[in-house]
Amino acid sequence: MIINSRFFNRSELIGFVSLAVLLFLILPLSLDIFRLNLVAKYLTYAFVGIGLVLCWGYGGILSLGQGVFFGLGGYCMAMFLKLEASSVANTKIQSTPGIPDFMDWNQLTAVPMFWKPFYSFPLTVLAIIIVPGIFAFIIGAAMFKRRVGGVYFAIITQAIAAILTILIVGQQGYTGGINGITDLRTLYGWDIRTDHAKFILYFVEVVLLFGCIIAAQFIRLTKLGRILVAMREQEDRVRFSGYSVANFKIFAFCAAAIFAAVGGAMFTLEVGFMSPSFVGIVPSIEMVIYTAVGGRMSIFGAVYGSLLVNFAKTMLSESFPQLWLFGLGGLFIAVVLAFPSGLSGIWADYVQPRIDRLLSSRKPKAAWTESSVADGAPAE
Amino acid sequence: MFGDYSLGDLGAILAMQGFAGLILFSVYVLMALGLAIIFGQMGVINMAHGEFMILGAYVTWMTSTTVQHYAPWLFPGYFFIAMTLAFIASGSLGMLVEWAMIRHLYRRPLDTLLATWGLSLILQQAYRSVFGAREVGVELPDWMMGSWQATDSIQIPINGMFVMALTILITIAVSYVLFWSSWGKQVRAVVQNRVMAGAVGINTEKVDRYTFGLGCGIAGIAGSAFTMIGSTGPTAGQLYIVDTFLVVVFGGAASLLGTIASAFSISQTQSTLEFFMSGSMAKVITLLTIVAILMMRPQGLFALKVRK
Amino acid sequence: MSSNKSGVLMSDETNKGLNSPFRRKLLMGMAALPAMTMLPKASFAQAPATSAVNTTGLAVTDTEVTVGILHSVTGTMAISETGSVQAEKLAIEQINASGGVLGRKIKFIQEDGASDWPTFAEKAKKLLVNDKCAAVMGCWTSASRKAVLPVFEQYNGMLYYPTFYEGLEQSKNVIYTGQEATQQIIAGLDWVQKTKGAKTFYLLGSDYIWPRTSNKIARKHIEGHLKDSKVVGEEYFPLGSTQFNSVINKIKLTKPDVIYAIIVGGSNVAFYKQLKAAGIDLSKQTLLTISVTEDEIDGIGGENIAGAFACMKYFQSLDNPNNKAFVSAFKKMWGEKTVIGDVTQAAYLGPWLWKLTVEKAGSFDIDKVAAASPGVEFKGAPEGYVRIHENHHLWSKTRVGKAKADGQYELIYETADLVEPDPFPKGYQ
Repeated sequence: MIINSRFFNRSELIGFVSLAVLLFLILPLSLDIFRLNLVAKYLTYAFVGIGLVLCWGYGGILSLGQGVFFGLGGYCMAMFLKLEASSVANTKIQSTPGIPDFMDWNQLTAVPMFWKPFYSFPLTVLAIIIVPGIFAFIIGAAMFKRRVGGVYFAIITQAIAAILTILIVGQQGYTGGINGITDLRTLYGWDIRTDHAKFILYFVEVVLLFGCIIAAQFIRLTKLGRILVAMREQEDRVRFSGYSVANFKIFAFCAAAIFAAVGGAMFTLEVGFMSPSFVGIVPSIEMVIYTAVGGRMSIFGAVYGSLLVNFAKTMLSESFPQLWLFGLGGLFIAVVLAFPSGLSGIWADYVQPRIDRLLSSRKPKAAWTESSVADGAPAE
Repeated sequence: MFGDYSLGDLGAILAMQGFAGLILFSVYVLMALGLAIIFGQMGVINMAHGEFMILGAYVTWMTSTTVQHYAPWLFPGYFFIAMTLAFIASGSLGMLVEWAMIRHLYRRPLDTLLATWGLSLILQQAYRSVFGAREVGVELPDWMMGSWQATDSIQIPINGMFVMALTILITIAVSYVLFWSSWGKQVRAVVQNRVMAGAVGINTEKVDRYTFGLGCGIAGIAGSAFTMIGSTGPTAGQLYIVDTFLVVVFGGAASLLGTIASAFSISQTQSTLEFFMSGSMAKVITLLTIVAILMMRPQGLFALKVRK
Repeated sequence: MSSNKSGVLMSDETNKGLNSPFRRKLLMGMAALPAMTMLPKASFAQAPATSAVNTTGLAVTDTEVTVGILHSVTGTMAISETGSVQAEKLAIEQINASGGVLGRKIKFIQEDGASDWPTFAEKAKKLLVNDKCAAVMGCWTSASRKAVLPVFEQYNGMLYYPTFYEGLEQSKNVIYTGQEATQQIIAGLDWVQKTKGAKTFYLLGSDYIWPRTSNKIARKHIEGHLKDSKVVGEEYFPLGSTQFNSVINKIKLTKPDVIYAIIVGGSNVAFYKQLKAAGIDLSKQTLLTISVTEDEIDGIGGENIAGAFACMKYFQSLDNPNNKAFVSAFKKMWGEKTVIGDVTQAAYLGPWLWKLTVEKAGSFDIDKVAAASPGVEFKGAPEGYVRIHENHHLWSKTRVGKAKADGQYELIYETADLVEPDPFPKGYQ
């Protein structure tokens, strides 16, 4: 693989610009606010997808527990918003006013300790990044130091997702149980439910998404990214070359977890609630699928994959609810069997060369002339 | 909580509780055996394993309604027919899936996970379209219901004993097939070195197909047996899949003995904990313990001594 | 006959041209004449002008009014919600056959919540904002209701929610046609204590909000209001759990007078089968459940649960003329084999209550419908007679039925009077 010294090579630059045009201009201008909010919801999964490209596509670590981090981020945000929504004035009818409604129903009379930091927005933002980060670090350190990888890692992360779901559902006094944390209203007094707010939140999210894309691209292009790829291909050789394989894996896993958490936090803001149904095994695997469809090796692919699969899900389930699961299942199988590198692979294999040929139908000649001139110059 | 009870009562409960653990153990072994073959021997992660079990359950349900309708005199023994049919149905579907899908993916084990997940979605929707979204109840012959009065205070469920007997039988059959029959030797040869096995004249493709079929067929029998104790619905298979994988991984993937040992320890832990606390917490603690142990001993309880 | 057809045709055309306000006014003026004069049905002729009954821009035309149906048709909840969809469609068809609402036929738009709570919120918003539904019949689980509630309050819609639920909620924008927890629990416990002399209770439940809240109310009632009674155990299981042998052993150890079970979904099947296999004979051991309707028995198998008592407000076997008509109409529309459970009946009430409320208010406007709701009575309810309370729940009777092997309940007891709904019960929280 040719290592490009520039931050983006030409096709990546085209991809970056066209995605920016799509998300910043075309979609907001062409969709009504209802559809735009849907797009915003789909894009929250793109954050997870980007993380998965790093740790799965490049690092070869398949995590089936990204829902855990998505959920942790989402719950952190939801806790802040819930505390703000349960002001004494809003909760007058409760036996203990000023605490979230579900706590009141479960005979709690005070906000528990671990909720306290979420009264503060800066601490919440910090928690959205740090809590999943630490959690991922613990899991990663325990597993990678002992050289657990591949399938085993996938299954253990899956079990963790299952555990967290049961815990959240079971501890409903502290977490809102299966209903989740609902009825979130304002952020610093700013009503997040209005159309105007949704519009602004969409742009906030897209900006964050591009932040993540650039961060991921940066990681990918540094030596770290190349070591990740090397590890995926020949782990032992990297280890014998003196690198600590485990540390690199932990890093990639933590980065993916933090991206997922940011997506989860945005999800809470966009949708207005958080519930354990986004933490468990099924959503976690679905997130992996979005990435696989988009292309596990392509950051932009992950974004497009999340958008397209979710869009198809909404459209198909609106018109053919029966067919939807057949379609989705067939899509997974087709992608895995026929197009292992997903949409971005199809693009790179079939579309890109054609475009190149079209675009450069004159260029090669020019290049040839130049070089021939250059070659021939001394002779003259 | 024990203060108020007589020693006899406690003894009886202890015995029945031990038996509850054994039933859970049998359930886990049945679930995990098929997967242990597919995952342990072939390295394929079959996320549709639960759906193969449910296929067995639906076959049992269909057999039960057909027999009731056309041959009521056969009803007391229909369960054996149903299990045979379940084995054949799930096994053939498994072989078909292996031919159409899995054989292209042997080099990419993680991808089998995604593809079989897709398959599980398709199967779920197929069950829903064919059998309806509602759960179906399988009617059992009278002799399988009720319990056996061992002493005055000890009652042992008959279907529990049936599941246990079935588990023992299948375990013996599987170990015979894998470890003593010539076909089993071929399977293990292919697992250990595919190229060499091919070179000495083993038809590796055929071995793969039958191994996968065998694993799925056992899942079908397991599903058939579960209709006695659990529910049969289009999405019921998903409930089992994580537990099943944990049992297999915890035991050490490639070892059949490990699978049995891990099923035993997990089931005993869980049923003992369930007795002292709420079912939810028991489940969480069991899972946490497994994950913690796996983090410390990633190769599982019984592992082949291969360092990777 | 031909004049009738052309009238319908013309008014149909008017529906399509409602895009611009100017065209709309123009068309309405034009359509009003033929619609008023040519339609033969008395009720249609009496239809008040659209401008009078719809001041907030809902999807109401001179001949039609749009409502939404929002349930899960796919996913894990599809099993439970199918019955509700069927009942709502039946009610709408019957209302249309009897002249519609304020002279307008009900047209429904059905959306699939796909057992996914954000999807419910999404589709609720679509039904209210894009389709301008005058009312929405829908939701089943508490989680889905919690997800759509802010949407209904924000966009001022009307939701008719059919499921019995945990209470602790009250909204201007929701009519709860099922029971809240106290309506289902207290009378049943009183009955079981009186007739069975029960002193000890073992509480079981699936691990989520409804069983936990219900058991909490049950415990408070048992410990605080029933003489000499106590709770000897309380257990919860993860949703979908299929292993109950351990708790069955504990039940055998504690020998409670009553097993109080609130287990839902597929777990039910496992629980009752294992209970029977463990030798607990429900004809001797009293078991009271509030979560097993005729729908669930279908999966459990009647022979496994025969003898258990369920506390509901409706059983398919109720012997009254309303119910006989309802059951035969339901089976005619959806097949002989379908069964009707408590929630299905409650879902059937939704469209009817809405129709009666709209006619009482003389308007489709949400605010007027919400204000007119308290006091609306429905005498044709299959369960007998219901009335909407100030708090938007229903006054209804509590009934106890005994499960039979054929999958039906036999009515054992019913409260003499309607039970008052009390979503925030004092002393039970």
